Amino acid sequence: MTGAPVSTVPLSAALALGDDALVLSHRLGEWAGHAPVLEEEVALANIALDLLGQARTLLSLAGDEDELAYLREERAFRNVQLVEQPNGDFAHTIARQLYFATYQELLYGQLAAGDGPFAPLAAKAVKEVSYHRDHAEHWTLRLGDGTEESHRRMRAGLDDLWRFTGELFEPVDGLDVDWTALRDGWLTLVTKTVDQATLALPTGPQLGAWTAGAGRQGIHTEPFGRMIAEMQHLHRSHPGATW
Amino acid sequence: MTSADWPLWEVFVRSRRGLSHTHAGSLHAPDAEMALRNARDLYTRRSEGVSIWVVPSAGITASSPDEKDPFFEPAADKPYRHPTFYDIPEGVRHL
Repeated sequence: MTGAPVSTVPLSAALALGDDALVLSHRLGEWAGHAPVLEEEVALANIALDLLGQARTLLSLAGDEDELAYLREERAFRNVQLVEQPNGDFAHTIARQLYFATYQELLYGQLAAGDGPFAPLAAKAVKEVSYHRDHAEHWTLRLGDGTEESHRRMRAGLDDLWRFTGELFEPVDGLDVDWTALRDGWLTLVTKTVDQATLALPTGPQLGAWTAGAGRQGIHTEPFGRMIAEMQHLHRSHPGATW
Repeated sequence: MTSADWPLWEVFVRSRRGLSHTHAGSLHAPDAEMALRNARDLYTRRSEGVSIWVVPSAGITASSPDEKDPFFEPAADKPYRHPTFYDIPEGVRHL
């Protein structure tokens, strides 16, 4: 399938990957003007821009990028629920970054190694995502092995978001990925960082009757509605506006 | 914690074609590893560099503005310290 034409791109997979990147990009962008220090604000904005670039490429494979980003209703988004979770405090954001960037790096790594339609994009993006994971790991170490307060907050972030991680490993139609290997690799990497940060990985179930995870089917958590209202209102109020 | 509590670091970046690291600016970071990462985000995001050094600003000993005159002024009227001061005698080749 090398050099596969656009028409063979599985749309549901392009939407799933594209929406993950778009929604997380927006959440990280919300830190602009609010980050604890200027240097970190730039770092988070850089990560957000990397993700936005990925989202644009992926959504363009699925249709018109602006229409998809700004004119879809909540139920039409296919991102995992993890990325739509509110920023919380800085440690909470770092926990979300650690869980997601580690996943995304392994996922893109597998896609890049294959010969599917996403291989070229994944090969380029995996370098960006690898830096996102590195950034999250360094902060996890510093917060976990920092002060009593930072340890408590980092731990709370990891605990709160744990139940959203099971969904990451639900197979996505059209992606040629070994999901079991992905989950094993993810668990190894995350456990290593968390251990090193003197924290413990949460022990609750990742996926089950009471855990979260139907974002890929279009079921989203309450804060997501408010997020896309903010993300879409300008485009909806002034259709076709440019500057 | 604010960045005011964090030490200041000086950032040196070697550009793709440059032979040496040149001073790019400064930033706050809790430690050297984070300073490197912040430097990457602040000073190389438009592919300005291929290598970064960070140095604690406190580790730099600088000449003070008060000493400017004794330090630098004596050199100003000694043009013979520049190679261009000397005429090249005719017939000297390979110079």
